[in-house]
Amino acid sequence: MQKMLGNKKAYWIFVIPALVIYLVMAFIPIAMSGYYSTMQWDGIGEKIFIGIDNYLELVKDEAFLLSARNSLILAVASIVGQLIPALFFALVLARNIKGERAYRTIYFIPVLLSTVVIGQLFLKIYNPDYGALNAVLTKLGLEGKDWLGDKRYVLASSFFPIVWQYIGYHMLILYTGIKSVPSDIYEAAQIDGANERQIAWHVTIPLIKSTMKVSLTFAVIGSLKLFDLIWVLTKGGPLHASEVPSTLMYTSIFTRMEYGRGSAMAIFIVLECLLFYFLIEKFFKVENTTY
Amino acid sequence: MKKIKLTNIKPARVLLHIVLAAFAVVQIYPLIFLVFFSLKDNNEIYSGNVMGIPDQFQWGNYENALFNANVGHYLLNSIFVTAVVIIISDILACMVSYAIARMRVKANRFVKLFFSIGLMIPLHAVLLPVFIMLRNLKMLDTYQAIIVPYIAFALPMAIFFMIGFFQALPLELEESAFLDGCGIFRTFAVIIVPLVKPALATISIFTFLSTWNEMMFAITFINSEKYRTLTVGIMQMVGQYTTDWGTMGAGLVVATLPTVIIYLLFSKQVQSGMVAGAVKG
Repeated sequence: MQKMLGNKKAYWIFVIPALVIYLVMAFIPIAMSGYYSTMQWDGIGEKIFIGIDNYLELVKDEAFLLSARNSLILAVASIVGQLIPALFFALVLARNIKGERAYRTIYFIPVLLSTVVIGQLFLKIYNPDYGALNAVLTKLGLEGKDWLGDKRYVLASSFFPIVWQYIGYHMLILYTGIKSVPSDIYEAAQIDGANERQIAWHVTIPLIKSTMKVSLTFAVIGSLKLFDLIWVLTKGGPLHASEVPSTLMYTSIFTRMEYGRGSAMAIFIVLECLLFYFLIEKFFKVENTTY
Repeated sequence: MKKIKLTNIKPARVLLHIVLAAFAVVQIYPLIFLVFFSLKDNNEIYSGNVMGIPDQFQWGNYENALFNANVGHYLLNSIFVTAVVIIISDILACMVSYAIARMRVKANRFVKLFFSIGLMIPLHAVLLPVFIMLRNLKMLDTYQAIIVPYIAFALPMAIFFMIGFFQALPLELEESAFLDGCGIFRTFAVIIVPLVKPALATISIFTFLSTWNEMMFAITFINSEKYRTLTVGIMQMVGQYTTDWGTMGAGLVVATLPTVIIYLLFSKQVQSGMVAGAVKG
């Protein structure tokens, strides 16, 4: 037994294929990104070592600062717009309400759709001439807007589908958390005379803090990394108004051929995600609840 | 116990159902809107019926999307790429997680740490280096240009999900197999793997969704018609078919249908798989 499970050769045969793929596709590239970020390089000519200049320039770059600001706005919008409704629906559905399964199934559908599809769909909804949104507004006697072409509206218009898409995801995460609380805890609270609202507020929510932290982490990190939907809807335009760091990184690299600068942005995104991950870990310290 | 409470407050309950139903409409209407406009022609859309049921079902839009706009071909590519990624990443993840969960080798701690760091790596961070690597290897614009990175990024999640399952299996399984003279590889393949099939189904669904919908790698590493998956194909279609709503819509429906079918067939596994992904990550 010991001999079999301690067999080093067998162990490495199991592990090495995945290890190699992962090393080559993830770990080495990360190191390369770090290396490129210290270079001035257009991808074709000579690399020139410039130390941390790429990073210093980022701090002075207005488009980049705007993109970082936008992603923080999105993070806040996601927390408010996703987690609050998600928590509400999770609490309601976890009470074995009639039709619970059907609601849960429907709420989750947007999560499965490809961002390309959602993006194209919302391009049609926002279309200034024939789009569904303006059609409704016109019927109501209101004026239609150029939702994605106007600097004033583009941020809200492009963030809406993102927030909308993942409400169902967070709902399901929180729902699962609530369902894992044993029912005798509720029964005890009910015997003590607590009503539904009091139970939700004083019993359920404190007990699912660790699940809520998972949701919060996901909402924040997902916002900081966001690329797909903005790329489909606006590519960061007009005039950087809806830019997020990853779209700016993409255009820096593949449109302007600024490989060094783009890599600095990539590293920035990784560090920013890590930073927020640890901040959330630190400020929302919850012990894993055991029953 | 909760039901007694609820029947006492009927109006509140009705209101609650209205809220629930309204939100269901918000979640599902965009998809219905999509199906509707995929069956309309431009005349109808431009003359004001954007939102409602089509006057006449224009099935020709689908023919046009599948054959003239090549969505049929992109669909096959997506199916091929996704299937290969699922099969290979399932096999690799099974092997690694079995070794991590069961085998006692000193390096195990580092191997585990290695893949758990992997859970945190975003695709952005590797986009350019992988692009350059593929370019140097003359591998850009091939199936393997996306298949290999997809496999790599499917692994950490799959591995961490599987480890739990392997740990839950009783050790006696291996004990008796070894006593019968079964080697470790045969034990693994014949006795252990069949027992974790449910877990494999879950990670396959998870991998399916992330691979099927992935966009950043696909639009960067793939260009030519021949290798385009649905995400790339649709992005390329946009320029040509911007004004042809029906064909575009039909293409989007075709791209979405497989996901929705899988969801309706396995909604429980899909939901638990996605939650597991979140909680582990």
